[in-house]
Amino acid sequence: MDAMIKTPVAPSAPRIAREKPLKIKARNVDVYYGDKHAINDLSIDIPDSAVSAFIGPSGCGKSTFLRSINRMNDTIPSCRITGNVEIDGRDIYDKTLDVVQLRARIGMVFQKPNPFPKSIYENVAYGPKIHGLAKNKAELEEIVVTSLKKAGLFEEVKDRLDHSGTSLSGGQQQRLCIARAIAVNPEVILMDEPCSALDPIATARIEELIDELRQNFCIVIVTHSMQQAARVSQLTAFFHLGNLVEVGDTDDIFTSPRDKRTQDYITGRFG
Amino acid sequence: MTDTAIATPRRIGDNDALVARRYRAERRFKFYGIAAIAVTAVFLMLLFADVLVKGLPAFTEHRLTLPIKVDQAAIDPQNSKDPKIIRTGDFDSPIRRAFRDLFPEVTTRGDRKKLMGLLSSGAADDFRAMVMRDPALIGQDAKVPVLLSDDADQYLKGRQTGVEKFPGQGTMTVTPEGEQFKLTSDGVALPSPGDIIRMNGGAFRVLSLSNAALLAEQVMAPKTPAPAASGAWDIVRFTVPENNRRIDDQEALWLEHLKEQGIAESNIAWRFFTSGDSREPELAGIRGALMGSILTLLVTLFLCLPIGVAAAIYLEEFAPKNRFTQIIELNINNLAAVPSIVFGLLGLAMFLNFFGLPRSAPLVGGLVLALLVLPTIIIASRAALRAVPPSIKEAALGVGASHQQAVFHHVLPLAMPGIMTGTIIGMAHALGETAPLLMIGMVAFIVDIPTGFTDAATALPIQIYLWSDLPEIAFQSKTAGAIIVLLAFLFVMNAAAIMLRKRFERRW
Ligand SMILES: Nc1ncnc2c1ncn2[C@@H]1O[C@H](COP(=O)(O)OP(=O)(O)OP(=O)(O)O)[C@@H](O)[C@H]1O
Ligand SMILES: [Mg+2]
Repeated sequence: MDAMIKTPVAPSAPRIAREKPLKIKARNVDVYYGDKHAINDLSIDIPDSAVSAFIGPSGCGKSTFLRSINRMNDTIPSCRITGNVEIDGRDIYDKTLDVVQLRARIGMVFQKPNPFPKSIYENVAYGPKIHGLAKNKAELEEIVVTSLKKAGLFEEVKDRLDHSGTSLSGGQQQRLCIARAIAVNPEVILMDEPCSALDPIATARIEELIDELRQNFCIVIVTHSMQQAARVSQLTAFFHLGNLVEVGDTDDIFTSPRDKRTQDYITGRFG
Repeated sequence: MTDTAIATPRRIGDNDALVARRYRAERRFKFYGIAAIAVTAVFLMLLFADVLVKGLPAFTEHRLTLPIKVDQAAIDPQNSKDPKIIRTGDFDSPIRRAFRDLFPEVTTRGDRKKLMGLLSSGAADDFRAMVMRDPALIGQDAKVPVLLSDDADQYLKGRQTGVEKFPGQGTMTVTPEGEQFKLTSDGVALPSPGDIIRMNGGAFRVLSLSNAALLAEQVMAPKTPAPAASGAWDIVRFTVPENNRRIDDQEALWLEHLKEQGIAESNIAWRFFTSGDSREPELAGIRGALMGSILTLLVTLFLCLPIGVAAAIYLEEFAPKNRFTQIIELNINNLAAVPSIVFGLLGLAMFLNFFGLPRSAPLVGGLVLALLVLPTIIIASRAALRAVPPSIKEAALGVGASHQQAVFHHVLPLAMPGIMTGTIIGMAHALGETAPLLMIGMVAFIVDIPTGFTDAATALPIQIYLWSDLPEIAFQSKTAGAIIVLLAFLFVMNAAAIMLRKRFERRW
């Protein structure tokens, strides 16, 4: 922890990176799908206790990079990654690192809500169960309830925890997935377009939630909505054709982008 | 492009001919589809109708009910009530005696032998079983069911000849005329040659007509030579000539008598399900073959399900995707297409000749069928595993489940209905399989019902094959009866597979 705080930060670095401790550090990351070069020499610092947004046109590699952070890309046989990704100063592609433990520390919320076809309770309890986070039933229930409360879902489902998770509405399902992710008490939460399948009200609900979660988690969110990035994030990174074009404080990116491509994108000229 | 084309661009809706042609094409296609289904349905119906018509008689049998005194001396002289002693008692003679008593007029040796031929050679078995079940019957009068022979049974089922009966009109007089008899009646309706005239407990077969008189030969001697009044005699006409059936006129008349008296009755042939094979069609049942099939399928299931599912999980989820696994996959698909007889030969060479396992045993049959069904189960299981959306697995990985945990906690349970469906269909396939079992000697006449995996046994389809080869008509209906049972099992299994699929169909 100490080492991380002492990491020297360049004066040109975003304000938020200076205010908050560094959580994720990526250096010279290249990702290939077979011959396809999906991420090109990417380096970025992502601060803790803040929301970082990845924006950029479709197919520019946002999801690919996000999935590199919890090594979800390992499940794709053709995917190859070079470079260096560190969390709290620890190289996550280190051979000795247990990828399962890593993923437990880094929660993920997917674009399409994907609750397990089991009860709401089971959905949230699954993670704590396999990681042995609860000593007994009461503790487990405690974890489930607090997670659902934190995800802002508890009031809606408290009478039907035994109903199937798939019986919920899309927005509720996505909040259930968030509850499931935070139940294992991760350090980082990766969200890949969590609101793309939701209506504006459900979206607002989740944005609120993200804002609350920011206090305790390092959150990285991929979004196609400029407004959403502007509303929820403190740091914004703009991707284009596999390159990280620009990264900076959200306010700066949206008011005075340095790169022309960023400007064109946020003003809606392409993408 | 010409100017006019630009000036008046074609609009949709202008071209009625095109629309009409599309309609015609669609109607034609629909018609082809319906015709194809109709043809299939007709063939299926014909098949089922044929099997049902032939096979349903196998589920009934004709039995006599004879009043018999259960004789202490002949069965259990010491009154021990010991089943072992009762078993060895003489149950045959009382039945024969009681049966003979029904026909006091049958006196010659030859006729008596013929009469006894109407009874099944296993007629005493039911009686024995009845007394063993209830030893209190000893010394009492009992109503004993007596099984008829297969030919008698077939006759009573109307499968040997049709029978028409006409009541006699007018008085019938018989006068001997050398070897033959002259029959005269003052009635109107007269029989034709070949008909039987029954009167005074006897019967005459009409040979020819001359004027108002009939020339006839005696089939059974009447009790009195007196004339028979109108209604006291009748005409029996068999539609199939005597030479073309296995029951002759005399036997047929005896059976008619038994039927008319209500002594011979049709009953459900539980025997068909409870006894093993036999040389006597009326005694043969499918119990042995059914047990053989069940034991064989148990072996198959216990081998196939774990091995098949494990192989499917490994190949689908864990195996590295390299040339080696590709070859394995390809070969599994190829194995599914290998003719079943080849598996039989393999089983013969490997299990019998090399490992020296017993011939004709359900164990070996199960092993061979397991080889046969394994590819089917692996392929079905892989398809079921693949059908589980990857998002479920990703969700599990995302909360920090290991790959194996994700597969066993989430993917496999969701794939289970599909795997079960595939397994049931594979088992149904195995149940109907014949050729490989022939190769390992499960084709034999086996009377005993197998009770263990190494007992000699046959299987249901093989029993069908064996019976279909036998000349007796009764075995032909047994064949069809066994087919009905086999089809019923297959339907039940397929229905179970469909229900599983419907019941657990999930919308993710
Ligand atoms: N499994 C894969 N195999 C091969 N190529 C892939 C795979 N996944 C992504 N790609 C390619 O990598 C590039 C980046 O994809 P990625 O999914 O990261 O884009 P994205 O920025 O998330 O786009 P979107 O906003 O549409 O989700 C794309 O060109 C895509 O075609
Ligand atoms: Mg994406």
